Parts: sequence; structure tokens; C-alpha cells
Amino acid sequence: MKRLLSTFALAGAFGLCAFGAQAATKLEQVKAKGFVQCGVSQGLPGFSNPDDKGSWTGLDVDFCRAVAAAVFGDATKVKFTPLSAKDRFTALQSGDIDVLSRNTTWTITRDTSLGLNFTGVTYYDGQGFLIRKDKKVNSALELSGASVCTQTGTTTEQNLADYFRANNMTYEVIAFATNDEVVKAYDAGRCDVLTTDRSGLAGERLKLTNPDDHVVLPEIISKEPLGPVVAHGDDQWFDIVKWVLFAQLNAEELGLTSKNVEEQVKSATNPEIKRLVGTEGKFGEGMGIGNDWVVAIVKQVGNYGEMYDRNVGPDTPLKLARGVNALWNKGGLQYAPPIR
Amino acid sequence: MSDLAHHAPAREKTSFINDPRVRSIGLQIIALIVVVVLGWMFAQNARENLAAQKIATGFGFLDNTAGFGINQTLIPYSETSTYGRAFLVGLLNTILVAVVGIILATIIGFLVGIGRLSKNFVVRLISTVYVEVLRNLPPLFQILFWYLAVLSAMPNPRQSINILDEVFISNRGIIVPRPLFGEGTGLVLWALGLAFVAAVLFGHWAAGRQEETGRRLPVLWVNLALLIGIPLVAMIVTGFPISFERPELKGFNFVGGVRVIPEFVALTIALATYTAAFIAENVRSGIQAVSHGQTEAAHSLGLRNGQTLRLVIIPQAMRVIIPPLTSQYLNLTKNSSLAVGIGYPDLVAVFAGTTLNQTGQAIEIIAITMGVYLVLSIITSLIMNTYNKRVALVER
Repeated sequence: MKRLLSTFALAGAFGLCAFGAQAATKLEQVKAKGFVQCGVSQGLPGFSNPDDKGSWTGLDVDFCRAVAAAVFGDATKVKFTPLSAKDRFTALQSGDIDVLSRNTTWTITRDTSLGLNFTGVTYYDGQGFLIRKDKKVNSALELSGASVCTQTGTTTEQNLADYFRANNMTYEVIAFATNDEVVKAYDAGRCDVLTTDRSGLAGERLKLTNPDDHVVLPEIISKEPLGPVVAHGDDQWFDIVKWVLFAQLNAEELGLTSKNVEEQVKSATNPEIKRLVGTEGKFGEGMGIGNDWVVAIVKQVGNYGEMYDRNVGPDTPLKLARGVNALWNKGGLQYAPPIR
Repeated sequence: MSDLAHHAPAREKTSFINDPRVRSIGLQIIALIVVVVLGWMFAQNARENLAAQKIATGFGFLDNTAGFGINQTLIPYSETSTYGRAFLVGLLNTILVAVVGIILATIIGFLVGIGRLSKNFVVRLISTVYVEVLRNLPPLFQILFWYLAVLSAMPNPRQSINILDEVFISNRGIIVPRPLFGEGTGLVLWALGLAFVAAVLFGHWAAGRQEETGRRLPVLWVNLALLIGIPLVAMIVTGFPISFERPELKGFNFVGGVRVIPEFVALTIALATYTAAFIAENVRSGIQAVSHGQTEAAHSLGLRNGQTLRLVIIPQAMRVIIPPLTSQYLNLTKNSSLAVGIGYPDLVAVFAGTTLNQTGQAIEIIAITMGVYLVLSIITSLIMNTYNKRVALVER
């Protein structure tokens, strides 16, 4: 009997090994383990940053919480995996994390041959330069011959090469594995310039010894649409993560906030809002989650605007104006397909 | 027991399943089949899963344009070069650190190891403290220490430490004049080669003469004179064809000259001093393994302390030192992959870092990288084993 059991166990192990891909859908797996495993940065103020008690804050982190709210109706059912830029895609490809929400730029290589799917854009960004004020440089075009510090495994390395080559300038790049090392080396004077996405620069500047001695140059040298990422191979999960962001954008557009959402569930007459909060139609069920998914997201995490203002907006240390990240009807680029 | 003795002569009669030779070969074949099948299943499974997720596979990416810069290149490289070229650049940077590190570590290690056995209390104390401190701290920590300590202590390029207007030291590295080879350089290089051959021949001849007559010739001084004198004459004859391009401060950085980047300096010093602590212990154990009678015998023949060490103790100690020394060389080479922590563009940083991230072909790139470290280690082992055979005790 014992031998028979162990034979079955062995065969089972091989079977799983061979047909692992067809076992369970991502949603079933996530529901079974009871939380969303979300890949975030190792510490970038405003996007994903742990405080001294180990609790995470930031735009990227809040998006993970919104996904948990949609799936479980509870925004706290999420666990975070801090990842370096270099390791993030491997973690997603191997299934260690369910969602990657780590200020990641949407590019064709990553969306196709890396086996990943970008679900939208949580922050429209562009690459910029941070430099000491006493270098008296006013434009990135004056940077010929400079030493530049950056993080390895990012789009910034290639953008940097393109920009200097296009403008016939020479440069020296020093690429570090983590953000903290980049900041330390820049602070120690190893390089003249620090380059990354401009939202990142605003956050990194705060980590320097004297943040006021440094200035961000006006040039934006690239398009950096930052967004959440899931792995190829599970359309249902891709849809859920994609529509969480769209729901947050639609909520902002329709004036649904964390404060008024419960009242709107009872009293709303606008059919668009009724569809959004799930009193009309069964859109949540269509994705395999509860019909009150948007209520959970907005109540516990907020709409997109609330999430933005809380983490990176003008009232935060980062002081980033909405700019291109405003809604489409307010002069920005944020535009979500309708819920219907 | 008697049972066995009874059966032994009747070997031909036993069934071949009970034949120990057949059994051992059979078991080995089964083990081999299991390993091959498991390996094949792993590869097949990985390939299917990669295809299911539509992740690119194969080695075609090596011909694609890299599009990123590297700040230390021993061969010509630009942003328009291929990933294959970037791989070579990273590989050479790794080899550079390994070779320079191994040479430095050996020198420091031998000095400290001999120092540990010194009769001078201060020398012994310093050596002991060196070994106990350095070998007990994690190497990554030491690399970061050297990097940030060196960087913070160094001035910015405008206030660089200026040595005779030729060499400049700043937090951008050490900048030295670049030699420019004019016409007639070939003749000077030939002269240098000739001097080298002459020095080796003279060394042999002097050794032979000492064996015959017992008289010693000043080999060191003669060889130094040969090595400096012959090329110098050639230089004068050809009218000094080698000139130097002096570095100049322009804008942010120095232009011209050859620059040793601070990442290289920090990494090499950290790895060399760390590994030297282990080598020192190998050297000490090797020397202590030589019986004290050897020293007494050498002294009674009238050899001085230095000669005793050089001619009697070290050659015998080498037999004990070489095998563990090989391991330390391998460790140093492998530890050089910690370079990514301070932004030194070694193989891991350039290839298993940036290239992997841009192409996403983790399995291929990690396999190549592992293969490279394996080959580097095997080559080091081969060289050391050959040397070991030469110094090993010849048993008759």
C-alpha cells in the first residue's frame, strides 16, 4: 500500500511538472493563497517606499492594494516583494509575484519578447537629469563630458546613450544595481549628474545630504509610461488588473471618491455611476470577482486622483503637479475606456 | 566467512546479476540514464513553458545592437556595438580584475604569511591583526567600504591631487599620460624583447657557473642593466619615438590620458586584501609544515636567514601551499562578481545585468555566464596543477 502511494506521488509530481501551465487560473491561485503577491521597488519615495515600521506607501503600492480590494473586497490582503530593477521581470516570469507594480516603463520589448503584458499607465513620466547647482548648468545640452550615475537594468541606460549620441556629446556612465547605491555615489561626487525618470529624481533628491543644493534640469529626454505588469498566458487576470486602473480613472471622472461612494451606491441616479458601483449590470462577475469591486477599490484605496494626491501630489514632499497625468477632460492624458 | 571462501572460485557459475562488475556497470548506466532523462525533461519543460508565455529564446540576441554605454572598455566598444561585443567587454573587465587581484593578493599574502612567523613582535602583531580582521568581514562589505571611503576622501576633478602636472588623482579616478607610439617604436620593442632573452640566458649561465665554481655573480644588477640599457640605447638611436599625451581638465572631466576608474581601484584593493588574508594563512601553514631541522641544517651550512627562507624553506613549503592557493585564486575570480555593487562593469554587471534586463533571455544569459566562470576556474586550476606537478616531491 505504501509503495503504491509513493508511486502515485511520483507520477503526480511528474504530471504536474509536465502540465503545470494548465493547472489553475491565476485568479484561482490568488484566491486559494488568500492574498495578492505584488512586486514593488526597494524604496522609491512616492511610488513604493517602506517606513520604519515596514508598512509601505506610494502610488505603485496603492495600486496593488486596489487589486486586492477588487479580488478580495479587502485592500489589506496583499504582500509586497521588494525587487531591484534587474530582478523584476524574472520574478514575474517565474510566477513568484502576481503583479509587478514598480514604476516600470512600457516598451515593446518588455510587452512582447519578455513574455509580459502591460495593463495600463499609472504615471506618465519622462527621463530627466539631476545636477548640483554649483556646476552652473542650465540645460542638458551643456552636459558633454559629464560622468552620469544611473541604475542598471532600466530604460534610462539606453535613453542616455541615445540622447548623448544624438547631440554629439561624450559621457561616462556608471551603472549601479540599486537606487540607494546610485544616490550614495552621486552624493559622494563620483558623478556630475544623476539620471532617472523625473518623478524618481524628485524622490531621490530628498535622500541627498542637502536636497536644496541640487536642481532638476528642464529637458525631458524620453517617454516613460509607467504601469503595472502581468505575465503572458492568463487573459482573465490581465483583464482584472487592467480594469482596476480603468475603474479608478472612471471613478475620478464621475466624481466618485472614498468619502461619497457608499452614499452613491444607495442614491445614484446616473446610469454610468450605477454601472460603476455595480447596482446596474454584472461587470464584476464577468471577470470572476464580486460585483461591488469598484466600491471596494474606491472606498478602501480611493479613485485615481485621490491616490495621486496622497502619494506624489503638490501637498506631498515630492510636489509633483498633475500635468500630463490629469484626466483627458482636464488637459491630461489619463483616459479610461467606459464601463458598459 | 567460510561461505564466501567456498563460493569465490566458482565465479563462472554465478548468475551475471550477482557479478559485482556487471552490477556496478549496470548501476552506473541506470544512474546515467536517470540523470539524462531528468535533464531532458527539465529542458523540455522549460522550453514548453517559455513558448506558452511567448518569451523569446535562442542566442540570436547576441547580434543585436546593445545601445548602452560602458565606462571601462579594454577593446573598442560603443553604444552601436552588439550584445556579443558587450559580453566580451564585460569578460575582459572580469579577467583584468582577476589577474591584477591575484598578483596583488599573492604578494600581500606571502608578506603577511611570513610576517605571522616573524621574530619581531610588532610585525607579528600587525600580521595577525590583518589576517583576523580581513578574513572575518564579508567581502561585499569590504568592497563598499573601499569604494565609499576612497570616493569620499578624494577631491573633485577641479581640485585633483596633481603630481608634476602629469598624474591627476580625483574622485573620477587616477589619470596618467597616455603613451603615443611614433615611428621607430617597433625597434624599441624588439630591443626590449632582446634584452629580456639576454637576461634569461645570463641567469641560466650564471646559475650553471655557480654550480661549477661555487662563485656567485651579481645576476640582479646585470639583468637590470640589460633590461634598462638596451631599450634605452634603442630609444636614443631612434630619437625617442614614444611621446606622452598629457591629460587636461576640460569641462566636467579630464580629456586625454589613460584613466583608471575608482570602481576598479576599490574592487581590486578589496578583493586582493581580502583574499591575501586567506593566502597568508596558507603560507604560514606551508612554512610551518617544513620541519625545523631544515632551517637548522641550512644555518649550519652557513646560509643567512633570507637565503634559508628563499632557497630551503619556501621551495618545500610550496608543496603544501599550492593546492589551497589555487582555491583562493578561484575564490577571488568568483568574488569579482560582487562588482555590480559598486558599478564596476564586469561580466555580471554588463551581461547578466544590463543585457539580461534588456533582452529578458534569462536562461541563455545565466547559462553563458555560468559557463564562463566555469571555464575561467578550470583554466586557473589547470595552470596551478601544472605548476604543482613541477614543485611536487618526486617519489621514487
